[in-house]
Amino acid sequence: MLSPSVILLLVWMIVPLAMTVYFSTLRYNLLYPGEKPFVGLENYYYFITDSGFLAGMSNTFLLVVSVLLITIVLGVAISVLIDFEFKGKGIVRSMLIAPFFVMPTVSALIWKNLLLHPVSGVFSAVSKSLGLTTIDWFTNYPLLSIIIIVSWQWLPFAILLIMTALQSLDLEQKEAAKLDGAEGWKMFWHITLPHLARPIVVVIMIETIFLLSIFAEIFVTTGGGPGFETTNLALLIFNQALLQFDVGMASAGGLIAVILANVAAFALIRMIGKSLTDHK
Amino acid sequence: MNQEYRYHLIRVSQFWIRTAMSWFVALLIFFPIAWMLLTSFKSEIEAFSTPPSIFFKPTLENYILVDERSDYFKFALNSVIVSFGSTLLGMLLAVLAAYSMAFFETKRTQATLLWMLSTKMLPPVGVLVPIYLLFRDFGLLDTRTGLVILYTLMNMPIMVWMVYTYFKEVPTEILEAARLDGAYAVKEIIYILLPICKGGLAATVLLSLILSWNEAFWSLNLTTAKAAPLTALIASYSSPEGLFWAKLSAVSTLACAPILVFGWISQKQLVRGLSFGAVK
Repeated sequence: MLSPSVILLLVWMIVPLAMTVYFSTLRYNLLYPGEKPFVGLENYYYFITDSGFLAGMSNTFLLVVSVLLITIVLGVAISVLIDFEFKGKGIVRSMLIAPFFVMPTVSALIWKNLLLHPVSGVFSAVSKSLGLTTIDWFTNYPLLSIIIIVSWQWLPFAILLIMTALQSLDLEQKEAAKLDGAEGWKMFWHITLPHLARPIVVVIMIETIFLLSIFAEIFVTTGGGPGFETTNLALLIFNQALLQFDVGMASAGGLIAVILANVAAFALIRMIGKSLTDHK
Repeated sequence: MNQEYRYHLIRVSQFWIRTAMSWFVALLIFFPIAWMLLTSFKSEIEAFSTPPSIFFKPTLENYILVDERSDYFKFALNSVIVSFGSTLLGMLLAVLAAYSMAFFETKRTQATLLWMLSTKMLPPVGVLVPIYLLFRDFGLLDTRTGLVILYTLMNMPIMVWMVYTYFKEVPTEILEAARLDGAYAVKEIIYILLPICKGGLAATVLLSLILSWNEAFWSLNLTTAKAAPLTALIASYSSPEGLFWAKLSAVSTLACAPILVFGWISQKQLVRGLSFGAVK
């Protein structure tokens, strides 16, 4: 009874991947039917020397790292803040995790048009009323704008996991630490944070998987521009290869994305394996 | 003022400050969603006014016009069919796989589970080209069937994992007793496991619905008109020609409301699924 799902997943993983590898060695464009000559690593060469490649790589990296940092730091801070009994805690919790359930295209467009818009956006109205100059977010800080939107989407995920883990932190453990004179920061560093190692590790793992291939949020706001300023690897493949029906180059780019994801996953698993044994 | 009373006063004020801060942070995070809801009841002119108006005469015009202007129900129907279809199919496969993994464990079971999860590491952009070509050749482009197949495969690893952890908690004695009474596998699943694990299975169903409903990579790349779900409808509002922000807000609210409710209902159990059982 296991076999249907295993076979399906195996096919799902191997067939497209093998095709990607194969196509990446061909000169293959859907607009020019006919022969598809073998060209070796030519597609990889063109993809890597493309003017957008370096920007795509660094933007992918910046996006992943900054969103991870923001969501984890704020996630821990907010989870610790609300970890006590008070009126309306259920409502507070529901409001905090709500952005996670909003579809990516909606959150991107709401942020772009209703909040960050230089003329009628809420941010510009607030900064005007404070006497500051308004910022045209998507023109002047396009990548930062994307980072803000994506962080807003993923912060709830961090809060959800960290908050749940905090609840399992033994009350007795806390009381004992208090008797030993641990208060405030000391308590946080020596009791709370080590306890959160596991959920934080999980947040890093899963967010990295999803953040490496962010697409919709960029696609509907900047389309990767201006220039290559918000182009990540997924957008680069889409803009430089797919829109030109260049199957060969898109496949080469796709395979580079796969390799990158695997390197990241491998590094994470090693790093994380270490951090888990450190605290045990 | 005696010492004790002073101490009490400090604690009480600390409590209220912390409560106020928690509410403030929650309202801040929730603000974009609340603002979207508010904007959906404005006229187009008010939605674009500077500074943004908070007090206005609410109108239902955007909701009434939503179907006329954008064929909302066609897209919504696609979303419903695709996410329920893939969830149903995925659950069927996941329950069978998890059943054999949880109750007929072999040496390879753990490795199989980990391998299933590792398929999630594959960035979709890496296999976009072959999937596109396969879909084209099998006539699956822009069809709901195509999306159902993709979403089922996409979510299956998480679903198998989740159901597996719930099945694992069922004491084997119960199953053994049933087997003595002559129950066979399908009967066992339907009459014993499903009722015992209904909370966990419901959470799995909800997670799958949420993930498929909000998916915005395949839906943007593989559908155009016929099978396009709500994520694609919203993306069509990204064109700069029209400043239909009140309508965008109304459509977005309609598209997100059901999933937001699902998410709130299942938030406690989702943690487990989202963290692959690492955080309970």
